This record gives sequence, structure tokens and C-alpha cells, in this order.
Amino acid sequence: MEGSFDFAIILKSVPYLAEGMVLTFQLTFLGIAGGIFFGTLLALCRLSPFAPLSFVAGSYVNFFRSMPLILVIFWFYFLVPFIVGHPVGGFWSVTLAFIMFEAAYYCEIMRAGIQSVTLGQVYAGQALGLTYRQNMQYIVLPQAFRNMIPILLTQAIVLFQDTSLVYVVGLGDFLVHADIVANRDNRLMEMFTTVAIVYFIICLLGTFYIRRLQRKLANA
Amino acid sequence: MLKKLLLSTVAIAFVATIQPAEAAESRVLKRIKERGVVNMGHRESSVPFAYIGKDGKPIGYSMDICNMYVDKIRKVLKMPNIKVKHVPVTSQTRIALMANGTIDMECGSTTNNLTRQKQVAYLAVTFITGTKLASKKGSGIKEVEDLNGKAISLSQGTTNEKAIKRIMREKGLKIKIVPVKDHPQGWLALETDRVDAYATDDVLLYGLISKSKNPDQFQVTGRFLSYDPYGIMVPQDDSKYQRLGNVLLADLMRSGEMQKIYDKWFNPGPTGINMPISDTLRVAYEIQALPH
Amino acid sequence: MEFSYNWDWSVLLCTVEDVEIGCIAPYFYWIVEGFGWTIAVASAAWVIAFSWGSFIGILRTLEAPIWLVVPFLKPSMKYKSSVIETGNGAVMINIGWFLHGFATVYVTIFRNIPLLVQMFLWYFVLPEVVSKEAGMWLKREMPLPEYWTAVACLGLYTASRVGEAVRAGINSITQGQHYAAMAIGLTRVQVYRCVLLPVAYRIIIPPLTSDFLGIFKNSSLALTIGVLELTAMTRQIDEYSYQTFEAFTAATVLYILVTAIVMFAMRIVEGRVAIPGMISLGAK
Repeated sequence: MEGSFDFAIILKSVPYLAEGMVLTFQLTFLGIAGGIFFGTLLALCRLSPFAPLSFVAGSYVNFFRSMPLILVIFWFYFLVPFIVGHPVGGFWSVTLAFIMFEAAYYCEIMRAGIQSVTLGQVYAGQALGLTYRQNMQYIVLPQAFRNMIPILLTQAIVLFQDTSLVYVVGLGDFLVHADIVANRDNRLMEMFTTVAIVYFIICLLGTFYIRRLQRKLANA
Repeated sequence: MLKKLLLSTVAIAFVATIQPAEAAESRVLKRIKERGVVNMGHRESSVPFAYIGKDGKPIGYSMDICNMYVDKIRKVLKMPNIKVKHVPVTSQTRIALMANGTIDMECGSTTNNLTRQKQVAYLAVTFITGTKLASKKGSGIKEVEDLNGKAISLSQGTTNEKAIKRIMREKGLKIKIVPVKDHPQGWLALETDRVDAYATDDVLLYGLISKSKNPDQFQVTGRFLSYDPYGIMVPQDDSKYQRLGNVLLADLMRSGEMQKIYDKWFNPGPTGINMPISDTLRVAYEIQALPH
Repeated sequence: MEFSYNWDWSVLLCTVEDVEIGCIAPYFYWIVEGFGWTIAVASAAWVIAFSWGSFIGILRTLEAPIWLVVPFLKPSMKYKSSVIETGNGAVMINIGWFLHGFATVYVTIFRNIPLLVQMFLWYFVLPEVVSKEAGMWLKREMPLPEYWTAVACLGLYTASRVGEAVRAGINSITQGQHYAAMAIGLTRVQVYRCVLLPVAYRIIIPPLTSDFLGIFKNSSLALTIGVLELTAMTRQIDEYSYQTFEAFTAATVLYILVTAIVMFAMRIVEGRVAIPGMISLGAK
């Protein structure tokens, strides 16, 4: 391979790369939103006094936490069309894979969050005559959520990095688009270096933001 | 005027209620009709069969055929607005995606073989090639036997991989295999001296050479190590849908249109691959130009 | 269901005829072989991750100056605060800030680039930016290039996580222990070796377990650079037999089994080495 780096080639493909980045962000946001939603439900199940429910939720979490994400992506990519009975695009299969996978991790975060809310709050809610649902909805979950924001966001950065794994099924995210351009123009080194820098900058900005948020929350 | 309008409304309503005969019997046509979308699976780096062009859209010899196939489907279903959704596939995902119904056709450089026919079906043969080796000039590699003790990159899930492994087993050759995901990675391994040779269908090798930085540096050598007839892959057990494609191909081959598409991509072709049609392929066109 | 899938578990034993290749070896052995590579990648990478990660973690906890004695060097007045003349021709340089900074930068870089991209950097980019000879060594001459590249990548990546765990472990020990150790005359190395680290490692068993399982699972990424570990073998069986889900199920069962065994074993270890009166950092 010829030595000199040629970064001009990358500038020409910026729109195509941006298209990939849009998909990366879509996957990340859907993964976070769906993951937090199901994760919270799972956390409530895990903390439920009804043993079978908490057992099922616990098994779900342990199951997904023992699997490599790549294998989960492969599973969903090939299995989802079978289950729903008609083809779904790779995007939705993979999105579902991320949601189900992340839910296991968000469940553990939300569980810690819920447990961090002092019992007094729960009793106070009960004393006011709130139902379980109302108590959770208005008292416990908002606080749990707030306490856990930094950790939820840290997990979001992890997820953002993990979306690059859709590479294995060729879904057009940032990395795959970069890979295509790299192969087309025979500029693999420049491309991968650029990709690394872009991911690094985005994640670093995210980390700084979280740290600021943490300080703010700590002072509040 | 009003009468005319009414009549045409009735006519439209009538046309809309009767299903075209094909759609009624064909599972794939039915789902295409329901969704108004054809999911077209395509490779991204099989030059010049299906690869990503400068504007980011897939183009190539197989893509041209597939687009005509879609036109045919539009005509038969009387739905001129059927959209095409491009679904990128790799050598590893294509069969599974076809078998699980994600894609309605696969346009690339897929060998039609009997093992795969257990899972998928194919249209008429549109290209004929076989496994060969690419190496650097001056490496002294001519045949696969010369690779004993050296290294080769092979794309996972290809017929080439199996062909090379079979020969290694039969002849007791010790060749280090570097498995790669797709052609560009295999090529990169050769270009950067990670391996001594890359094996795939000879036409793809010429395509890869034509796009490399120093085309003069590489050579395609050796005998054919396998026989690889290409076909557009379609779902299994849907003869109506499959026939539609074969009618299209027979028409193209009979009219000489097929030869024109071939020349557009291969002779010399946008990447300068410069491969005039082989006698075998010309005969294949003739044999497959079935009459109505 | 619109699509038919014929389950056929016998593929794992390869009794299905394969018109093209025949039965090379029962696919079951492919799974065993792939599993072997997974373990090989994960354990070698863990050795790197644990030792290098511990080192990085320790560096990040160092606060007081660290003096490096350099003979025959003229001190420059510019860096007065970090240079001391010893009087006998040598100088002492404070490299504490440098070591601390290095560890921080290391952790920042390795944690903020996706592992897959790191894998590509090590495999595709590194051999091309070093000298030609070194590049050839990385690509061809060293034994098992793909394997060792994957091990190095996974190890150095996970080291950044282990480093954070070790740092958290050491920082969680009360300053009193530190002072007590210094008060009885231990050197700084001794303070770490005899007091801080033995306690810290016990506290961080749960996060370390999760890091180890992380390496075990992430070893599947090695398939992208051509290591035929468990997930890659699963894909290969799929390609040869087109029986996707049997192979996937087998791999899934293996991953879960190993995770369960490791977690169970570590829970026992944790209980055995627990220091009475101290609670662990808790499973994440």
C-alpha cells in the first residue's frame, strides 16, 4: 500500500459518511429509548414481590448479559423475519436486537436507581393514598431516573460505540459506509483513522457533558 | 362527461378488485403487491456485477438485469409505482436473507449450485466463470500447488473457499488461510503482502485488479479450480415468480439485448475490465433463449 | 408462518450429505475448535488486561511526586519545580505528573473508540504505518498474526476498564490505612504491595469478573479480522449447511454456560477472600 495518507479523498465522501452517521444515531436513540423503557419495566418486574415475575425478569437479564452482542445481532437479524412471519428490514431487526440487549443493562441501572430512592418517600406516597402505579409513576421513577442520569448516559455512550457492530451484518451505519468508501477508493488506512477520530471526539464530548452534569447534580 | 367519468371509475374499481392471476398464485408476487416494494438484495463490491457507484447507489451488470426484472413485475402486477428497496448483503448473509424472506431477489455474483438449491432458487445462468488465483507479478505463483507453505486469503461463505479447501485436502497442501469478510478485504490482504494470493472467480479478480492502485502489479494465474455459473437468486418454491424472471432473460438473450448489457459492463466497462464475451457464455445465452 | 425452516439438529453431527464438499469433519468439532479459540483469545487477552490494567490503575492513584534519578543531566531552570539537583552530578526529575497524565490519556483514548474500530486500527492500519520490516513481521512473520493482534487489541482495550476498577478499588480504601502503612515505615512500593492492592483486589472482584466476562464475550469481535472463534465457526457452519439456527443455538448455550460457571466460581472466591467488616464495591 502506498505510504502517504490522502485525506482529501475523505472530504469528497462526507455526505455519504454523514448518511451513515445518521443511521448510527438513529440506532443509538432507538436503542436508548426502547432500552430504557423495557429496562424500567424489567426492573419493576425484578423488584416485584411476586416471585415468578422477578425470576423471569432476572433470567432475561442474565441471559442477555451472557451473550456477545455480535451473536445477539446475528440472532435477531436472521430470526426476527421468521418470528413475525414476514420480512422486516435489517434496520428494524437490528434495532430490536439493541433494544432487547440494552434493556438487560438498563434494567440493572434502573433497579439500582429505584433502590436508591429512600423508603420514606414510598411510605409517604402510600400514606397519601397513592396506588402502586401512581406511587411509581409520580414519586419513585422520576427520582430514580434523575439519580441515574449520569449512568444512563454513560451506558448510552457504550451503546453508541456498540452500534458499530452492525458492521457484521452490513447495515449501512457510519463504520460500514466508511468501509465501503475505503474499499471503493482503496483508502482503508485514512478511512479507519478518520473513523476512530470521529468516534473519539463524539464520545469524548459526551463524557465531558456527563461529567458536568454529574457535578451539577451533586451540587443540587 | 359524467357518464364517462363514472364508467372509468367503475372500470378502475373493477381492475382493482381482480387480482392479476400471477399475484394470486405466487407467494412472492403477493407480498410484493401488498407492500408495493421489492426488496432487492445486492452485493456492494462485486465489480462489475453489483457494486456501489460514485453516488452511493448500487450499479452493475446484475443490477441492470434486476431492475428489468422489477419493471417486469410492475407490468404484470399492473402497479407502475412499485418501489425498490436496496438491501446490502454479503457472501455470508445472502442465503439466509433469501431463505427468511427479507429479500425478493439477490443481485450480485452468486454461483448457482445444487447445495444452495436446497434453500434458494435461481434464474437462468447469466454469467460463467470459475475460481482462479490473483498474485503479485514476480511471486512465481502459477498454480495453487505453488502456494504450498504460503498464505492465501479466502472470502468466507464463497464457493471459492470450498474449492480451495477441497483441493488442499485432496493434494495434502499446507496453505495458510486468512479468512476475510468480502472481496475488498481479501484484496487488501494481497495488496499489503499479508498473503501471497487471493482466490475468487476470475472475473471478480479482473474487476479488483482494474480498480486497484497499481493494476500492473498483479496477475491472474492458473487453471480454473471450480466451475461457477452465476444466476440471480430468488426465493424457493415459487415457480410463477421464478418463471417471470426466466421469461425476461430468455427474451433478452433471444433479442440480443443481453449481449448489449454485457458489453456495457465488460467490454470495456466503466472500470476498464475489458473482457469480451467468452464463447461459453455466448453459447449459454443461445441455449437459454427459450422460445415462447 | 410464511417461511419454512427445517430444523435439523443432525447437521451438528454432519450426517447430512453435502453435494459439494462431503463431510469434512462433524460440525460439532468445528464448534469445539471455535470454542477453544474463544477461550485462548479471552485468557491471553485477560493476562494483558489484568497486568497492564492494574499498572494503569495504580498510576492514576499516584499523587505525591515521583522522582526519577537521571545521572549527568544539566537541569534547566525552566522546569525548576520538577527538577532537583542531587549535588553529585545527577538530577532528580519529577515524573509523577507525566505518569499520571499518561494513564489518564490512555484510559480516555481506549474507552472512547469502539472496540471494533480499534480492532481494525491494530489489524489494518498499524502494520502500514510502522516500518516495512516491522509491518511484515506483524502481518506474516510473527506466529498466528490474527490471533495475537486480536489478543493485544482486546487486552489493551480491557486494560482501560480494569484500570478504572483498580483505581476505584484503591481510592475506596480509607486514607487511614495509607497513613498507617507509611507510619510504620513502609516504602511507597511496599504500601501498595502489602496494604493497598491486597485490599483493593478483594473489593473489586465483582467489576473484575464483569470485565473478564466482557473479554470473553468481546472475543467474538476477533472474527472480523479472521480468527475462527466460536461465533465465526457458527457462521461458517451456517454457510456450509445453511442450517442457521442450530449452530447459533449451540454457540448461545456455550456462552451462557461459561458465563454461569465463571459467575458462580467468582461468587465463591469473593466469599472466601472477603475481608470481615468490609462490604465489596458491589456487582455493577
